[in-house]
Amino acid sequence: MPRGYIPILIFLVLAFAFPVVTILVAKLVRPSAPGKTKLEAYECGIPSDADTRGRYSIRFYLVAILFVVFDVETIFLIPWAIQYNVLGLFGLIEMLVFLAILIVGYIWIFRQGALKWV
Amino acid sequence: MQLDSILFYLFAVQILFSALMTITRRNVVYSAVWLISTLVGVAGIYLLQGAEFLAGVQIILYIGGITVLFLFVIMLVPVSEESKQRRFSSQLWIVLIVAVLLTGELGYFLWQGADSFQMGEPTPPAEIGTVTTNSEQIGQVLFSEYLLPFELASILLLVAMIGAVVMAKARPGAE
Repeated sequence: MPRGYIPILIFLVLAFAFPVVTILVAKLVRPSAPGKTKLEAYECGIPSDADTRGRYSIRFYLVAILFVVFDVETIFLIPWAIQYNVLGLFGLIEMLVFLAILIVGYIWIFRQGALKWV
Repeated sequence: MQLDSILFYLFAVQILFSALMTITRRNVVYSAVWLISTLVGVAGIYLLQGAEFLAGVQIILYIGGITVLFLFVIMLVPVSEESKQRRFSSQLWIVLIVAVLLTGELGYFLWQGADSFQMGEPTPPAEIGTVTTNSEQIGQVLFSEYLLPFELASILLLVAMIGAVVMAKARPGAE
């Protein structure tokens, strides 16, 4: 592993350890008195009248898959941006062709109204 | 290097454990969360091999994008009944025998060809011209040698985009 990632590793370990330690310590310290009343919706909530796992609108899926598509597109921009000085005009034209193809798709999606949230 | 070996085995144990948890959870949402842990481990292995860009892609795309997609798909499918049923079918024994045979076969050939599986040292950055980091190497190669596949990738993304919209809007006017 490259040297520079050791601080990130330490950070990750601490980030994982914090909630684990907090929950364990809380479990040791707190009194245990479970009751039915405690499971009810408190003053600020209304009792649920259906299963949580209802069916959702397909639009969520549409937005998610479009997000993944444009996420991939953005990923491809990174190596180009890093090497911009070396690649020069040729790289710029290549990237514009790449983006043009996707922007056509974007305009089509937009005109289809797929991004409209009714 | 000693630290690298320790980290490799840590990540390997994490990947295997998380993968096992992914396929054995009864609640699909838990499975998806364990899958995230598996993918984080794979990103760690990439990083150990010096593939920083791939590790970043793994986290941004697979964890940030595709797992979110999985969760949305889980939300779209009514799972309450399916999750209460038995997960393993009556073909358990056949499956077990086939799995053991396949594992044996795979293990035998891995054992035979173990010599060719030696992990190469990551390419020292200085070897490729003025390019220094892994991400820069990828940028260099992507825009010279693999230019056509790169442009084809945009077509593939376009197809995915159009396919998703067409499928989701199969019934025009229906809300």
